[in-house]
Amino acid sequence: MSFATDLGRARAILWKDLTAERRTKANFNSVAAMAGLILLFFGFALGPDAKGLRSAAAGVLWLTVLFSGVLAFNRSYQLEMEGNALEQLLLYPGERWALFAGKLSANLLFIFLVEVVTIPLAGIFYHVAIPDAWVSVLGVLFLGTVGFVTLGTVYAAMASRSRAREVLLPLLLFPMLVPVLIAATEATGALLIDDPMGNAGSWIRLLAAFDVIFVVAAFWVFPFVIEG
Amino acid sequence: MAQRFGQRWALRGVSLTVARGEVVAIVGHNGSGKSTLLRIVATALRPTRGAARVLGVDVTAAPGFIREHSALLTHDVALYGDLTAAENLTFAARMLGRPASRSVIDATLDTVGLRDVADERARGFSSGMQRRLSIARLYLRTPQLLLLDEPFNSLDAQGVELVSRLVDDTRARGATVLLVAHDLQRGSVQADRVVAMQDGTFVEPTDASLDTPNAALASRVLASVSA
Repeated sequence: MSFATDLGRARAILWKDLTAERRTKANFNSVAAMAGLILLFFGFALGPDAKGLRSAAAGVLWLTVLFSGVLAFNRSYQLEMEGNALEQLLLYPGERWALFAGKLSANLLFIFLVEVVTIPLAGIFYHVAIPDAWVSVLGVLFLGTVGFVTLGTVYAAMASRSRAREVLLPLLLFPMLVPVLIAATEATGALLIDDPMGNAGSWIRLLAAFDVIFVVAAFWVFPFVIEG
Repeated sequence: MAQRFGQRWALRGVSLTVARGEVVAIVGHNGSGKSTLLRIVATALRPTRGAARVLGVDVTAAPGFIREHSALLTHDVALYGDLTAAENLTFAARMLGRPASRSVIDATLDTVGLRDVADERARGFSSGMQRRLSIARLYLRTPQLLLLDEPFNSLDAQGVELVSRLVDDTRARGATVLLVAHDLQRGSVQADRVVAMQDGTFVEPTDASLDTPNAALASRVLASVSA
């Protein structure tokens, strides 16, 4: 079996997950609504002070992505649990990395779409104007999302066979996300105020380093995780 | 070979050799270990003890090779309810690295009698139609080992005929079939050999020759299982 065939399998999983989601929109609607509510509730908790809201915006945005993303990861494997499709998926020939690549790309695309809704909302709720370094902010969002979704996809696979997966996934995932959360929040926060201290660069490099480690480790560990 | 789930032994040291091109029916009541045996051979489970070899290859050492050359029809239909029949089959074809053109998919759906509902979601299908769709996946490939777990479940007479044809076609091209059934009459009709299981062991491994009437053989096995 060639690399191209396995790449075709990854594309097939991406296509299948997106087709199922496009047809029902159940996952996107619930996750986007959840994200909106989290943003709103954090806003209420922080109070009406515009300056305070602005300074908390980066942290709240990343927490929103994290909390709502967990719902998406659970749903992603729930699709495979109906009718025990996961066993059939594992019995197809080919390398396991293709399964992970397919699931990862579907989850990434999904979370990016959720961010398309979430980020403008966060801007409005938290009085954040578009910063000069908006391209860098997008870069940080990309890197942070890659790290988060990579770990989420692996841990959701791990939790998928458990009856308590909805509880288990955040318990397993959140502690591992601390480095990504800190680096992404610090980099985003610095860039939103035009990085007066020049800190963003080092946080972005750290975030990129975590991404490389997480992606390599995830591809390596996934076959063991999914085989059970 | 033995398999334990928690404290319960689903298989208690079974040994079976199946020749290439042979059709073997494994019969027995629910919970006798038939499906577990099949799942180990298909690489869906790792045996707790012992080993299984398919085409001379250990299933735990080279699962990729086994998956390449075998196909398993499981109890569960393993379909995606929000995808249409054609989309489910297209996905399976892509995962198998097979042609997934609409003409191939339509022809396969035609074989299992689902061409007319190709663009309807699988969630709305009856259990028999869902079973047919899962059988359609088997028509996308030509495995050297076909593993059928209760293939007649939920099927009407035409569906049963469909499975029978699949078994005949597989045998005709020299491939092997392992068929698990609790319906002894149906399960053994096409079998070259019938093996009965109870409580995770073979009750009476039979080396019945082809000239033995299969119905009579099934009755004998039924009697031994029920004893």
